[in-house]
Amino acid sequence: MTVADWIAEPTNWVYLGLALVVAAAAVRVVTSTNVVHAALFLVLALGGTAGLFLLLSAEFVAWVLVLVYIGAVIVLFLFGIMITRAPTGPNVEVDHRRRAPAAMAAFLVFVVTAGSGLTAFGDDQISDLGGGTSTEVIGEQLLQRFVIPFEVVSFVLLAALIGGITLARKDASPAEEAAAEEAQA
Amino acid sequence: MLLSQFLVLGALLFSLGIYGLLVRRNAVMVLLSIELMLNAVNVNLVAFGAFLQNADVGGQIFAIFVITVAAAEVGVGLAIILMIFRNRTSANIDELDLMKW
Amino acid sequence: MNLPTTFAIAAEETGHAVEYGDGGLAAEWAWLLVIVPFLAFLAIVFFGKRLPRQGGEIAVGAMAFVALYGAVLFILNATQGVVFEHSVEVARIGSFSIEWGWVVDGLSSMMYLVVGLLSFLIFTYALGYMKGDVRVTWFFAAFSLFAGSMLLLVSAPNLIQLIVGWEGVGLSSYLLIAHYWEKKENSSAGMKAFYVNKVADIGLIIGAFVLAIPVGSFRISDILEAVVGDSEAMQTVAIAGAVLLFIGAMGKSAQFPFHVWLPDAMAGPTPVSALMHAATMVTAGVYLLGRMYPLYAVMAPDVLRVLVLTIGAITLIIAGLLALVQDDIKKVLAYSTVSQLGYMVAAMGAGAYTAGLFHLWTHAFFKGLLFLGAGSVIHSVHSNNMSDMGGLRKSMPVTFGTFVAGTVALAGIFPFAGFFSKDEVLASFNYEGYTVVLAIGIIGAFVTAFYMARTVFLTFYGTHKGHGHPHESPRVMTVPMVVLAGLAVVGGWVNIPGLYTGFTQWVGTRAHLFEEHHGESFDWPVLALGLSAALLGIAGGYLLYFRDKETQQARDTFRIPLLWPLLEHKYYLDDLYLGGIVNPIKGPLARFVDWTNSYILDGIVNGAGFLARAVAGVVYGWFDQRGIDLAFNGIAFTTDGAGGKTRLLQTGKVQQYAGATVVGVTLLVIGFVILR
Repeated sequence: MTVADWIAEPTNWVYLGLALVVAAAAVRVVTSTNVVHAALFLVLALGGTAGLFLLLSAEFVAWVLVLVYIGAVIVLFLFGIMITRAPTGPNVEVDHRRRAPAAMAAFLVFVVTAGSGLTAFGDDQISDLGGGTSTEVIGEQLLQRFVIPFEVVSFVLLAALIGGITLARKDASPAEEAAAEEAQA
Repeated sequence: MLLSQFLVLGALLFSLGIYGLLVRRNAVMVLLSIELMLNAVNVNLVAFGAFLQNADVGGQIFAIFVITVAAAEVGVGLAIILMIFRNRTSANIDELDLMKW
Repeated sequence: MNLPTTFAIAAEETGHAVEYGDGGLAAEWAWLLVIVPFLAFLAIVFFGKRLPRQGGEIAVGAMAFVALYGAVLFILNATQGVVFEHSVEVARIGSFSIEWGWVVDGLSSMMYLVVGLLSFLIFTYALGYMKGDVRVTWFFAAFSLFAGSMLLLVSAPNLIQLIVGWEGVGLSSYLLIAHYWEKKENSSAGMKAFYVNKVADIGLIIGAFVLAIPVGSFRISDILEAVVGDSEAMQTVAIAGAVLLFIGAMGKSAQFPFHVWLPDAMAGPTPVSALMHAATMVTAGVYLLGRMYPLYAVMAPDVLRVLVLTIGAITLIIAGLLALVQDDIKKVLAYSTVSQLGYMVAAMGAGAYTAGLFHLWTHAFFKGLLFLGAGSVIHSVHSNNMSDMGGLRKSMPVTFGTFVAGTVALAGIFPFAGFFSKDEVLASFNYEGYTVVLAIGIIGAFVTAFYMARTVFLTFYGTHKGHGHPHESPRVMTVPMVVLAGLAVVGGWVNIPGLYTGFTQWVGTRAHLFEEHHGESFDWPVLALGLSAALLGIAGGYLLYFRDKETQQARDTFRIPLLWPLLEHKYYLDDLYLGGIVNPIKGPLARFVDWTNSYILDGIVNGAGFLARAVAGVVYGWFDQRGIDLAFNGIAFTTDGAGGKTRLLQTGKVQQYAGATVVGVTLLVIGFVILR
């Protein structure tokens, strides 16, 4: 397929637009000096990704992304940023000084992954997408074919929940507890 | 739409995430980068799912699982970062090198 | 002209082969003769001390058995002629068979009787003589050991057994001569006997091997058949063997120059002197000559003439002369024994097999008797020296009577035993034409009679000049003497030429015959010469020693100027041996060997040890410490260093770990997935 053919399709235009947004946002995520800005840029990237999912007629996933990821995870991030009082200011050193090795590693990964993807699936087309994937189908599959991973993931969430609470709880030493109790009594 | 265009996008997001992972000094920023990487994986999964169009929409479901796990991981990760911050009043990863030689 | 033996004559006349009996049961069980004394030895050693006579009764009992059995065999041989031999293989060395066996033939049965009878009589005598001795039990044990060894020797059908018996009697001789070893000269005398015998035994042993190896067997009958039968090939072997065996015989039978041990052997108790050094052990050499006589007579007559006869003659005369100057009564008898052994050996050398053995037979009786008498005298006077004696005729009549009987027999007066045997010896000298030896023999007869007369007169006549209270010996001692005296009288009547020559027949009964001359009657000129020489000797003794004087020494004053000092110093032979052989070995040679041992041999050993230690030190220091240990230490250091450097990778920084992981995974992906 030539570039001309590719541009001819309208979906590709949409894709291009969304992809550029996502890419730009991602770049800003990793290069922004302000933590909050980085988080917000991530929101943008995630939003763009949701649009791409819509393009791929994976509506449920798109909205789950928006709801859970953007709605919960990023909020969590923002809370975390606030609590940990990440330094926010112009003169803060946010990155390591020697960034070249990391850049090279990242570049290497990009080359390998993209290259292998292109060579393997160079001319494969995504077509006949139809009207989208109904939630019913996803729900059925979740509880039929993928029921075991579903349950396992629920355990993971439970573990994370308990772990998070346990970790974040203020664990006072016995002396402090006794002092606290005395203070109360 | 070409499959490979999504794959390239996914590769790009993933490598940017790696760059951020290796370069950032703040623990929270590192976590952000990890989120980015997970997101790239999601893109790949959904693209392949759309490409293969299986009866069990395996690609999308797997993407859902990834999102779920990512959420759990962020929760625990931030809790840990909180603990570290409590002990040291700093979220600088460079200072967390006690388990060294 | 040589006439063959009587049996062979009979065979020729009748045309039959010479037939002998095989001795039946008596010969088959003849091994008991050898075993019983050895068993007695063991019994005495283990049980002797508890018995009333301290083991003497076991010894006497064993000897009684041997005497009886020997007599039975002797009579069996005398009546029907026995030639029996039986051997049992004991060991094998290559192709040579080491056997133990026993022979019963004329020669052996004669020896069995002599050994058995004399052992029995002298053992009985010893019961009385050794009473109160410091080591009675061991004495009888060693004496029994001797008897067993002697019987082993004379019953031997093969040379190995003969050598074993030979050495056995040598050992017993040593043990018994040195019976009173508390005094150094007694143990020295024992050693002298042993050494001189040992030197001569070199000849015996080498001779045995020289004969046995070409023949392929140690059995005497095999050797005699092979050597005698095969004249051409075995000539040198026969001559060499004959000479070497005779050298061995010279040692045991005290022939010049190996005679020096016998007089010193008188240090032992008198029964020992009587049995071993008069009647039996010293005759082993003569027996050996007799046993191997076909070898000598047929294959090596020159050896006989040149060597045996000459040595015998020399021994005969020089020993006889030495007896003239002795003060010790036992020494007189010792030299007399040597001289008579010279007669026997000379007779053998002159080709007179029967005469030599006949003289052995009679000599056993009268010399044994004389020693017992001497012992009796010594026992009562408590001194060996004749200068302490005198006048014992009255106080010891039985001893006197028997001693005189023995003396007359030894001197060779008719009709006593010695007369017949000595006459036969002299006759054989004459027959073969050895006039020089005959002359020596006759002079020897004169000397013999002379010194014996001297002994008798100095000991028993005159008045007692010693300090003791002489008394007759107890019956246990006198009865054997009387018995022997009787034998000294009648013992010679078994071989009277022309009348009755039973002894010749008895002794000639053996497996291998040879030619020998036997006179038809007495050789009257020789007989006359011999008898007159003896009578002259007695007369001379009477003239010089009969008269009583103030002191005993005054009676013994006859001296021939140059001769007597020479005789008193025993021809300086002992000095020659001592200075020429013993002292150089004892002194310089021993010192040289000691030096070699200490410095060279020990030095080599020490040096090897030192070298081993040095090598060990080098191995430890260089190879172990610096080489191997260094290698191992090096490995350890390297590991430690590498570890020390590698741990620096653990920086503790998560991002670095993450970075490493990413790169690693990427590389793996490239490797396994893309490049596959």
